[in-house]
Amino acid sequence: MKTAIQSAEVIVDIGGQPIRLCCGDPRFLDMVRQRYAGYVSSTSDAKFEFEIELAEPNGESRDEDVQVSWNSGQWHMARGDFRAQFNPAALRGRIRQTINPYSLDSVLRIVHTLLLARQGGFLVHASSAVRNGKAFLFAGISGAGKTTMARLAPADAKLLTDEISYVSFLQDRYIAIGTPFFGELSRVGENVSAPIACLYLLAKGDKNTIEDVSGVDAVRGLLENILFFAKEPELVTIVFEAACSFVKRVPVRRLTFVPDNRVWELIV
Amino acid sequence: MSENQKRYVARSTAIAARALGDELMIMSAISSTLFTLNETAMAIWEAADGATSLEEIVSARICGRYDVVPEVAMKDAEEVVAELAGHGLLLVSPEPIAPAGSPVSKELA
Repeated sequence: MKTAIQSAEVIVDIGGQPIRLCCGDPRFLDMVRQRYAGYVSSTSDAKFEFEIELAEPNGESRDEDVQVSWNSGQWHMARGDFRAQFNPAALRGRIRQTINPYSLDSVLRIVHTLLLARQGGFLVHASSAVRNGKAFLFAGISGAGKTTMARLAPADAKLLTDEISYVSFLQDRYIAIGTPFFGELSRVGENVSAPIACLYLLAKGDKNTIEDVSGVDAVRGLLENILFFAKEPELVTIVFEAACSFVKRVPVRRLTFVPDNRVWELIV
Repeated sequence: MSENQKRYVARSTAIAARALGDELMIMSAISSTLFTLNETAMAIWEAADGATSLEEIVSARICGRYDVVPEVAMKDAEEVVAELAGHGLLLVSPEPIAPAGSPVSKELA
């Protein structure tokens, strides 16, 4: 049923999952449109909807760990700067935060990890780019070289993200999709997708080398980088299965590299 | 060994396991910790149905397969079981353990 008072809204479509964000404050929605430029949808159809309530700033901290829990049919997400709920059955949620772009960004990352898990996909700490119709992922912890690989990408590569890669499982293959989730590069990824040709686990070294990683080491290397907020046993199992499935279908290699553009000559 | 000294072992349901090549990976759904089992541990793990005693498992799956003295095999198996149980991957009981339903069957997002 429509409410008597319609709040303004913007639809952000990441990975083919359009989320309607409703808020009574047009300044905030303008900020959302700018922040997610390239991912704002003009469709009137959104599968999911979040009502955003803005609170007055009160010294909130974004340094705390995010807490995600499942209770009474809803996901509950909280950090110093926001509280949110998401009811997956109703496809609806609520966010309470101050006017800033970071809280919503965190909620969207969490929500997408939850949505993707059910579909065999995941978000992973990796930069990624599409070249010659193939997507390449470069995974690693902070400082491993994700942003460096993105920065060194040749001009004909389309950058999907320098920070958080969106991995979807579609028609028995893994696809990387652009995201607006950026890191040091502060650049929204291109909203394009391609089948994943390889996942590289990054390490910096004094020469460029590539070695195959398989089996347990590949799963472990991937799991270490998957964004994983909820601790519910069923979700842990699903993510584990997704990681095992991924390494069976996609080559995983360790890329030790010198940070200059010659490294991209090895990426084929 | 008398009947009441037997121990029964059963795989925890709060785990996810997957064989990859010759290795078995187990992820604890409670702690999100990843474990890899060696050949001996895999043999015990696969036979840990809650109805077969550890002694029978060692006799059939370890001594029957490897050239090892039963006492040594049993001691090694006890260490493996203690470690797996310590991580919540195996349940150990002096009585047979009834099969449990999945603890993770609730519908999530």
